[in-house]
Amino acid sequence: MTDQIQQATVRPGGEAGANAAPVIELIDVYKSFGRLEVLRGVDLVLHPRETTVIIGESGVGKSVVLKHIVGLLRPDRGEVRYHGRSIGEMNAGELARLRMNFGFLFQLGALFDSLTVAENVGFPLVEQGRRSRAEIERVVTEKLRMVGLDGIQSKRPADLSGGQRKRVALARAIALDPEIILYDEPTTGLDPVRADVINELILKLRREIDATGIVVTHDMASANKVADRILMLHEGKFIFDGTSREIAEAGDERIRRFIEGRASEKDLRSLRQES
Amino acid sequence: MQLVAAIGAKTLQGLEAFGRFWVFAFQTQRLLVADLPRARLWREVMPQFYEVGNRTLPVIMITGMFVGLVLAIQSFDQLYAAGFEERMGVLVNLTLVKELGPVLAGVMLAGRVGGALTAELGTMNVTEQLDAMRVMGSDPIRHLVVPRFLACLLLAPLLTFFCDLVGAFAGWLIAVQLKGVPSEPYWYYTADATEVWDVLVGFIKSVGFGGTIGLIACYKGFPCRAGAAGVGRACTESFVAAFIAILAIDFFLATSLQGLYNALYGFKPLIQGGG
Repeated sequence: MTDQIQQATVRPGGEAGANAAPVIELIDVYKSFGRLEVLRGVDLVLHPRETTVIIGESGVGKSVVLKHIVGLLRPDRGEVRYHGRSIGEMNAGELARLRMNFGFLFQLGALFDSLTVAENVGFPLVEQGRRSRAEIERVVTEKLRMVGLDGIQSKRPADLSGGQRKRVALARAIALDPEIILYDEPTTGLDPVRADVINELILKLRREIDATGIVVTHDMASANKVADRILMLHEGKFIFDGTSREIAEAGDERIRRFIEGRASEKDLRSLRQES
Repeated sequence: MQLVAAIGAKTLQGLEAFGRFWVFAFQTQRLLVADLPRARLWREVMPQFYEVGNRTLPVIMITGMFVGLVLAIQSFDQLYAAGFEERMGVLVNLTLVKELGPVLAGVMLAGRVGGALTAELGTMNVTEQLDAMRVMGSDPIRHLVVPRFLACLLLAPLLTFFCDLVGAFAGWLIAVQLKGVPSEPYWYYTADATEVWDVLVGFIKSVGFGGTIGLIACYKGFPCRAGAAGVGRACTESFVAAFIAILAIDFFLATSLQGLYNALYGFKPLIQGGG
């Protein structure tokens, strides 16, 4: 079982993009929280070295999709596969090893308050348990340099600005040179300039570490900048799958409203009634 | 019919939560045993020793002092009227060592440390720090719960010892310095009536309370909901559950240990007539 996982986690070489074997597959995934049905039969295939952006309104279940990919949530129905292997069949040890292949940038950074920046970035390296202290220090410096923040190793997360926290969290997410990087609302809460720094970083990381990227966002400027492919989640299902050029030309009213940032007639009516 | 259904649903929820707690407790024990020889566990325990021990010691000592003062004040008149005032130390010190010392130190520990642990882990859950650990292949129970549980388990008896010590001194102060009871017979009768068994009973109780407080506090923090209200509610639930558990464990241990003592050594009257 373990050998199968280790075999599966080897990066498939050669092919890239839609022609290559899928890295991640979500097959007919359903997920509810109490009575709230969030995912209603989601199908998704992610190919290596592509940056896929999932857009959709707040609360539509975009982050829920990400958490299914890393096994933080289990589907009520359906299956999630990593290189063809069902994540649901893995035991805790296998899942822990599998997750070493993922980097996850959380919406608020999720840096550990009690640790310094260096300890935060070095955390996955320590967990991996294969490197010496000197090597960990070297990797931490290298990753912080990649996100443009070398020199703040001894600071605590509380001493950092919102943008710096996200960049440190990104340095931590790439500490193990992951095969797949998941970005949960990477630009939320940042001003447009700092948001663009994060977008540039996503592009830079794709070039430099050749990782598959999955970005969840409702920021269309960010989506258009970093996406090879855009998917739109609406009422528990994907209603669009295409490039940024294709989405700009989409005729579906739900998509148009989202990309143009227009409130629905229903929302406007309820506002008029309230006033 | 609806009432029966509601009671049934609540009972099922309660049983489910109870089951989840025991799974959590079992995982913690398993990881504790596995990690005991590892240096990393002891590095992680040290800051918890500081939090649990150093920061709780003053309130525990103040609690012990007032318990000793009140016990002495309330028992003196009755014992004096019966001509037993020289044996006051027996009542004050045995009550402290066997019952009030461990129970009140436990309650203070639950209030001071239990609440803080729940708030800390609850905030980590809300800010996705627990998920971040899981995504990095790390087990939050191993790195967060086990050190905190171990610190509570090991330090509760030590804190109880200080509570007893200060309480005994405060009781002596009232009896001897304020009420004029001779010091020598006060301590003589105390030493005569207090056996190693009595000290052991207090020790066993405090270990049970410490471990239970640590487990409940961490368990309540893990599923904490977002917002100040969510963290506040988790802390309240944690304290109430720990307080009830302390009283229930106290009753169970008092009954079983008393029964064991009687079976091994026979009944021992504390105060015999004459003087």
